[in-house]
Amino acid sequence: MKENMILELKNITVSFDGETVLDNLNLSIRDGEFVTFLGASGCGKTTTLRVIAGFITPDSGDVFFDGGRINDLPPYKRQVNTIFQRYALFPHLNVFDNVAFGLKVAGMKKEEIRPKVEEMLELVNMKAFAHRKIHTLSGGQQQRVAIARALVNSPRILLLDEPLAALDYKLRKDMQNELRRIQRATGITFIFVTHDQEEALSMSDTVVVMNEGKIQQIGSPTDIYNEPQNAFVADFIGESNIIDGVMLEDYKVRLDGRDFECLDKGFAPKEPVDVVIRPEDVDIVPLEKGKLEGEVTAITFKGDYYEMIVDVCGFKWMVQATDETKVGTKVGLIIEPDAIHIMKKSKYSGMFGDYSTFSDEMDQMDAEEEALEQMEESDNA
Amino acid sequence: MPESVNKGPSSSAPAGEKIRKTAKPKKKKAGTFGTALANTPFVVWSAAFIIIPLLFVLYYSFFDPEKGFSIEYIKVFFTEPMYMKAFGLSALYSVIATLISLVIAYPFAYFLSKVSPASQRLQMVLIMLPMWMNMLLRTYSWNQILQDNGLINKLLGVFGISSVHFLGTPGAVILGMVYNYLPYMILPIYTAMSKIDRPLLEASEDLGCNGFQKLRRVIFPLSLSGVISGVIMVFVPSISTFYISQKMSLGKVTLIGDIIEQQIKLHYAEGGLNRGAAMSLVLMIIILIATFIMNRFSDEDEGVLM
Ligand SMILES: Nc1ncnc2c1ncn2[C@@H]1O[C@H](COP(=O)(O)OP(=O)(O)O)[C@@H](O)[C@H]1O
Ligand SMILES: [Mg+2]
Repeated sequence: MKENMILELKNITVSFDGETVLDNLNLSIRDGEFVTFLGASGCGKTTTLRVIAGFITPDSGDVFFDGGRINDLPPYKRQVNTIFQRYALFPHLNVFDNVAFGLKVAGMKKEEIRPKVEEMLELVNMKAFAHRKIHTLSGGQQQRVAIARALVNSPRILLLDEPLAALDYKLRKDMQNELRRIQRATGITFIFVTHDQEEALSMSDTVVVMNEGKIQQIGSPTDIYNEPQNAFVADFIGESNIIDGVMLEDYKVRLDGRDFECLDKGFAPKEPVDVVIRPEDVDIVPLEKGKLEGEVTAITFKGDYYEMIVDVCGFKWMVQATDETKVGTKVGLIIEPDAIHIMKKSKYSGMFGDYSTFSDEMDQMDAEEEALEQMEESDNA
Repeated sequence: MPESVNKGPSSSAPAGEKIRKTAKPKKKKAGTFGTALANTPFVVWSAAFIIIPLLFVLYYSFFDPEKGFSIEYIKVFFTEPMYMKAFGLSALYSVIATLISLVIAYPFAYFLSKVSPASQRLQMVLIMLPMWMNMLLRTYSWNQILQDNGLINKLLGVFGISSVHFLGTPGAVILGMVYNYLPYMILPIYTAMSKIDRPLLEASEDLGCNGFQKLRRVIFPLSLSGVISGVIMVFVPSISTFYISQKMSLGKVTLIGDIIEQQIKLHYAEGGLNRGAAMSLVLMIIILIATFIMNRFSDEDEGVLM
C-alpha cells in the first residue's frame, strides 16, 4: 500500500505571526488520484498547497514525495506544478511562450519544445491563440493557458488553487468536465482546491474537508456525504438536519422521544450522539401515520421538488418532497433506518443542522412575525 | 469558444484597473471643451517655457543680425575639430557614466524591492536626499572632498598613503556624473521592479527557475522598461553636462556642454550666441534620435518615460 503513495504530509504545522494556520495535518495521497481540498475561505487550503509546492517550509512535520523527505527541496526542484489562484501568466510572453516557459528553463531544444507546446494547446483548445498576448485573453482562456503551462512539464502532481472560482456558472461546469477529462487522460495526480462542495463532490476521487487548519474528514464523495464524521462536515456538505439523540443500544437510537431503528452500532449504552438526516430522506405522511409530528412553517418551490421547513417540537427540520403541502398543515414524518446516520459528539455539536434561522425567506418571515407581535403588543398597551 | 469576453480577472491587473478602463469612454464624452479648459495651464506653460525658447534656439541657429539666414553655424559644429572632439568626449563620458550607473542601480533596485516596505521608504528618502541640494553645490562639495589636501586624501594619509590626485582625471568627471545622475537610474528601475507581481516570481520558481533564471527570464524582461527610462534619464543630462566636467577635471576635460557655455558666455558678441544655439540644436536632435532608438528596444505598448 505504502509504495503507492506519491505524497504524504505528516504532522504538518504552520503558523503565521503566532497564529496556527495548519494544525497537525496528516494526509496521504495515492499516485494518479484526483484529490480535492474543500473548506471555507481562510481554512488553510492555499497554505497546504504552498507547503506541497515548497513555498512554505512547515514549522514542524514532514513532507514526503515518493517516500523521500522533501522538506528542504526548493520549489524549482520539485516535480510539482501549480495553477495559481489568479493564473500568474507572464505578461511579457505570448500564449505559446508562456506554455513553453518550463521546457525552456529545463533546457529543452526548440524543435522538441514546439510539438509539445502545440499538443498542450490542442488539449486545452487554445491552439488558435498561440500568438496572442496574455492581456487580450478572457478569464476562461487565461485559465486554459495556465493549465497548459503547468501540464506541459509532465509534473507528477498538479496543484490547482480554486482555478474555477472566477468563472461564470456555465463555463465553470465545462471546465470541471474538462479538468476531469484531462486528469484521466494524463494520469497525473491532481490536488484541487475549492470552497464549493458541489464541485468537490462531482469531480473528486477523494475529498479532504478542512476547517480552521484541521482536516475534518477524508473520504470518497459518497462517504463524505453519507457518513459525515461530525456536525461540521454534515452541515458543510449538502443540507442536513442534525438532531440530538441518544444511542439506546446497537441499531437503536432515540430522538425527540421516539425510538428509531438505524444501521449504526458500537456506541456506549445511553451515549449522547448527533443524528444526521438528509432532507430528501424524510418522508411526509398524514399526521396519524407519522412517527414524528410537526407543522409546515414554510415552503419553497425549487423546480423539481419542494423544500419545506417543518417544526417538530420547536426544532425546525428541512424536508424535501415532490408534493406540495400548505403552510400550517400538521403532518407526520417517517424516517427509514438507512436514512439515519449517527455521529459521535464533537466540538461542532449543536452549532449546525437546525433550520430555525434558515434562508432570507425565513428571516423575512421571522421579521414579519416579530413586527406583527410588536404591533399586537403596542395595540394592547 | 463558449466563454464570454473578459469575464475573469486579467492575470495581474487588480479589479480597479478594469473599472478605469470602462470608465474612460465616458470621460471623453464629457466634453472636449472641459478637457481643453483643464489643459489650458499646461498649454500656456509649455508654450512659454518649451516652445518659445525652442523657437529662439532655432532662430539663432540660422539667423544672425548681419548676414541673415545661414547654415554656417550648423556646419561649424561638424567642421571644427575642437567641437567634434568635445562632442566625441561627451558621448564617450556619458555612455560610460550611464553604464556605470546602470551597473550600480540595477542590483541596488533589485535588493531594494525585496526588503521590507518600511526599509524601502527610508532608503528611497536617502536616495532622493542629495537631489534636494543644488547640483552646483553637490559638485563643488565633491571638488572639495577630492582635493589634494581634501577629506579623502587626509583619510588616506592616516593609513600612510601619500596624496592621490583625483581631480583633473577623467575618473573624477565620471564620478561627478554618476553621483549626480544615479538617482534617475535607480528610481525608474525600482518602480518597474516593485510593480512585478509576486505570484509571477513564484510561478517562475514553480516552473523550474532557480534564482538566476528567475532574474533572467522574468525580472529582467519585466523591468526592462525601467532600465530604458533610467538609461535615457541619465544619458541625456550626461551628454550635455558642462559644470561637472570643469569642476572635476579642473578644466582639463572640455565637453560639448562646456563649449556651448563658453560660446554664449565669452564670445557672445562675435557670433557665440549663434554657434551656441546651433550646437544645442544639433545636440538636441542627436539626443532625440538616440532616445527614439532606445525606445524601440522596449515593448511597443509599454510607454517609456522620455
Ligand atoms: N503569508 C501570510 N502571512 C500571514 N497570514 C497568512 C499568510 N498566508 C495566509 N495567512 C492566513 O492563514 C489563514 C489561511 O489562509 P489560506 O491558506 O490562504 O486559506 P484558504 O486558501 O483556505 O482560503 C488565513 O487566516 C490567512 O489570513
Ligand atoms: Mg486560498
